[in-house]
Amino acid sequence: MEKNDIICTGCPKGCRVTVEVENEEIVNIEGYECPTGKKYAIDEYKNPTRILPTTIRVKNGEFPLVPVKTAEPIPKALLIKAMNIIAKKEVKAPVKIGDVLIQDILNTGVNIVATRNIDKKAGV
Amino acid sequence: MKVYNMVVIGAGPAGIAAALEAKKNGIDDILVVERDEYIGGILPQCIHNGFGLEYFGQELTGPEYAFEFIKELKETDIEVLTETMVLDVDKNKVITALNRKDGVIRVKGKTIILAMGCRERTRENIKIPGDRPSGILSAGTAQRYTNIEGYMPGEKVVILGSGDIGLIMARRMKLEGADVKAVLEIMPFSSGLVRNKVQCLDDFDIPLKLQHTITRIEGKERLKRVQVAQVDKDFNVIKGSEEWVNCDTLLLSVGLIPENELTKAMDLKLHPVTGGTFVNENRETNIEGVYAAGNVLHVHDLVDWVSEEAEIAGEAAANYLNDNLTKRKTKIKISPDRNVTYTVPQKIEYEFGDKNFIKIFMRVTKPIENVKVNFKYKDENIVSFPKKIVMPGEMVTANLPTALIKDHMKEIKVSIVKKEGETNGKK
Ligand code: SF4
Repeated sequence: MEKNDIICTGCPKGCRVTVEVENEEIVNIEGYECPTGKKYAIDEYKNPTRILPTTIRVKNGEFPLVPVKTAEPIPKALLIKAMNIIAKKEVKAPVKIGDVLIQDILNTGVNIVATRNIDKKAGV
Repeated sequence: MKVYNMVVIGAGPAGIAAALEAKKNGIDDILVVERDEYIGGILPQCIHNGFGLEYFGQELTGPEYAFEFIKELKETDIEVLTETMVLDVDKNKVITALNRKDGVIRVKGKTIILAMGCRERTRENIKIPGDRPSGILSAGTAQRYTNIEGYMPGEKVVILGSGDIGLIMARRMKLEGADVKAVLEIMPFSSGLVRNKVQCLDDFDIPLKLQHTITRIEGKERLKRVQVAQVDKDFNVIKGSEEWVNCDTLLLSVGLIPENELTKAMDLKLHPVTGGTFVNENRETNIEGVYAAGNVLHVHDLVDWVSEEAEIAGEAAANYLNDNLTKRKTKIKISPDRNVTYTVPQKIEYEFGDKNFIKIFMRVTKPIENVKVNFKYKDENIVSFPKKIVMPGEMVTANLPTALIKDHMKEIKVSIVKKEGETNGKK
């Protein structure tokens, strides 16, 4: 039997929830103090996902970077890989908040979207 | 001299929300003065998500949260001056400011909103001995370099302080390819949100060393290494626990201080705990028509509450301008009692009007589970609110119903105590 300790992020208590797994099936969950914790632990064990916030370089922008994020959470295991793809990208100003700057990153079906307006640099 | 109905100092989340709220309450001639080249305050550099859950009911990044307000602001005729530094505000509400285009500007505000925010404590504030090389910067400065200006502050990073900015920057630097060696925290618990500890440190196997600090800094031009040591419960260094960690960058996330130089110059006294002014329920300072909101008043952990607080100030200022307020015969003091370090507001001065409750913000001295927030007049219990858990890093709020506040109550004490029996009181 395999034991996975997961810290619930549902509230400041931060309960340590233990998910016991046998043959890839959850056989026991304990340590949570409310239903949120149980659900969180199951999701976090089966498929931990995260929103990835970062930046993309902008040509001729009022600022050299535009902040971006994955429009949906992506699997935690793909965060660094996604960063490597995003690092190679450069876009041209102007950029509008919500613009899709990279489509379907790593075949997740999730887009990378701008989270701020970046205008052209004055005089460009 | 041009006279505005309202002059707001600072176009961060507090300043913008206060201006918008005044506008919505029918106030024209509003000026917002901002020293940075863009508005939105610190939010545009806080590119991570986690904002807006309380205020908008959805999770946004910092720039997105700011955009919601900036968009609204741009649809109004509220005047905004950027790259303009306020040098002085006096008791007559005359503001002296400076910028490259207009030179020295003097305007008067019939009301003034102080919304200057806060700044980070520095190495000088915490006095770490050793060399003075480059590579030592506050976490917020590193955040601005990395997220707005496009520079990486360094490659091998140690972070001192486990507040949220420190945790967020640990992940950010790691994602950008830095080797983040450790986050050190002098206290026995992290002051950041559980979620940030999990998603910023645990996700990337970055160690959090509790009860650790830095005892020495070494490096000629660039930082070479820092000496890390364990401390006991009285924060004394445990002899023999020292070890050297090689790094070229040290980020400090060791607390925030409300930026109140202008406030002090107005002869407004500062609260010894919050570092902000004393205010009544309208966030009005001891000068009538001068309000403070957001981190300049007390450091918040959620921007959502900054917005809410600024709206209280903005609405109150509008009521003041429209002559819609009546002072109470006697004012009521709100005082922190057991396990509470401070409350905002510190007093109630006006008649309630159609207000059903007064929201009291407070902080607790230490983490405690299963508590009650008690409001008392002398020994008489006014009202209690149960809470599952309270932490020093997370502001506690409670709505004090106005119907329960009686005229004979001159002081209301707020305490946070364990539910059963209550023994877990004073240290
Ligand atoms: S399990 Fe419930 S009580 Fe425990 S941390 Fe999660 S949300 Fe909070």
